[in-house]
Amino acid sequence: MSMVEFHDVAKRFGTSVVLDGITLNIEAGEVVVVVGPSGSGKSTFLRCINVLETIDGGDLLVDGQSVRGSPAQVREIRREAGMVFQQFNLFPQMSALDNVMFGPTHTRGMGKAEARALAEELLAKVGLAERMNHYPAELSGGQQQRVAIARALAIKPKLMLFDEPTSALDPELRHEVLKVMKDLAEEGMTMVVVTHEMEFARKVGSRLIFIDGGKVAHDGPPAELLSNPPSQRLKDFLQHVA
Amino acid sequence: MYGPARVQQEHRGKAVQFDWSVIWAALPNLLDGTWMTVKITFWGLVGGFVLGALAGVARAYGPVILSGIAQVYIAVIRGTPIVVQVMFIYFALPLLVPGLRVDAIWAAIVTLIINSGAYVAEIVRGSLLSVHKGLKEAGQAMGLPFHKILLHIIGPVAFRRMIPPLGNQCIISLKDSSLFIVIGVAELTRQGQEIMASNFRAVEIWSAVAIIYLILTGALALALRLVEKRMRIL
Repeated sequence: MSMVEFHDVAKRFGTSVVLDGITLNIEAGEVVVVVGPSGSGKSTFLRCINVLETIDGGDLLVDGQSVRGSPAQVREIRREAGMVFQQFNLFPQMSALDNVMFGPTHTRGMGKAEARALAEELLAKVGLAERMNHYPAELSGGQQQRVAIARALAIKPKLMLFDEPTSALDPELRHEVLKVMKDLAEEGMTMVVVTHEMEFARKVGSRLIFIDGGKVAHDGPPAELLSNPPSQRLKDFLQHVA
Repeated sequence: MYGPARVQQEHRGKAVQFDWSVIWAALPNLLDGTWMTVKITFWGLVGGFVLGALAGVARAYGPVILSGIAQVYIAVIRGTPIVVQVMFIYFALPLLVPGLRVDAIWAAIVTLIINSGAYVAEIVRGSLLSVHKGLKEAGQAMGLPFHKILLHIIGPVAFRRMIPPLGNQCIISLKDSSLFIVIGVAELTRQGQEIMASNFRAVEIWSAVAIIYLILTGALALALRLVEKRMRIL
């Protein structure tokens, strides 16, 4: 059983078709980098996996569960798929520590003391042990995003979803987030990353998916696709992001 | 000639001397009225906050039917004067519901609950919807059910944004309670009116009444500023 299975998945917003019959599998341990022009459907592709968007056609299984299941089953899927957003979306009324503790206590029923120990460990892992009592407004964008990664990891997901995690960051803050993601990949975490960071795709990604017009245009090893783009579309796209 | 006209006649051409002894004499009755005003306002607002929170959540996230009911409620209450509302509850409701006895204080409190609830509902709805949708998605992405997202994530952020407009509503409701003079409930304005009717000392009595209202609203404003200081608005 694959970690994620897309079976002819379709998604429409009104009359516009955003995902047009996508079929692919993502296996445990893969680091899938998803790229594509803006409006190509790559964010929607990601958001369908943890059911932030519902699908209109086909089926999508996450860890064997269909995203078309009951609300309880959907929540089960979401607990297996940690999500990191472009805009961080930290809870502003909570300190970094409370942000990270929140998930395990409220969705996994973990005790306060245990959750606190876990949160401290995760914040140390993303290099923010000294900042754990700061509020999001007191942290830089890169620090906020690292807290957000720790928060997503705290619910002990089987895979991690990243939706343009560095796009809202200043260039000099990106590397600190990418470093954390690279460490995570090296630990064997299954990851699906929507990004424009081609360097990350090449060095960390195990698979590159190029989405264009709601379809998977290319799917293969990043190094190969990036150094030898098989289509003019991809060549043009790479020129624009580079 | 009697009443205010006679007082005017006696003082023709010269200003009325401000007589402090009039105020001291009236003070016990005025304080009774103040207490009544505080009581009506307090319970009216407590009820109004509960009703408004429910109606506001229904408007923001409720299913069509609940949201529709809340919308009609808000439209009716915002669209009619509070004086008409209290007269309806005090005079008309007992005629429509046989056996219902409506006491003036009860009518005043219920009117204030219903009236402030409508405005609070709009404050609650606006604040809830002003919270960035990314926070809701972050909660969903963790696998939280919606009531927990509302209670722990959206609610606390929205609540901080509600404090300034809710403070406004407290002050407005406190002053609106003076309109309950029309059903004869013995709140502050009514007490002032009654004392005035017996001694015709308009200057002293209405000055005293105004100052008492100022003290009450000032205390409310101060309390609000303290709450705002303790809670950062996010």
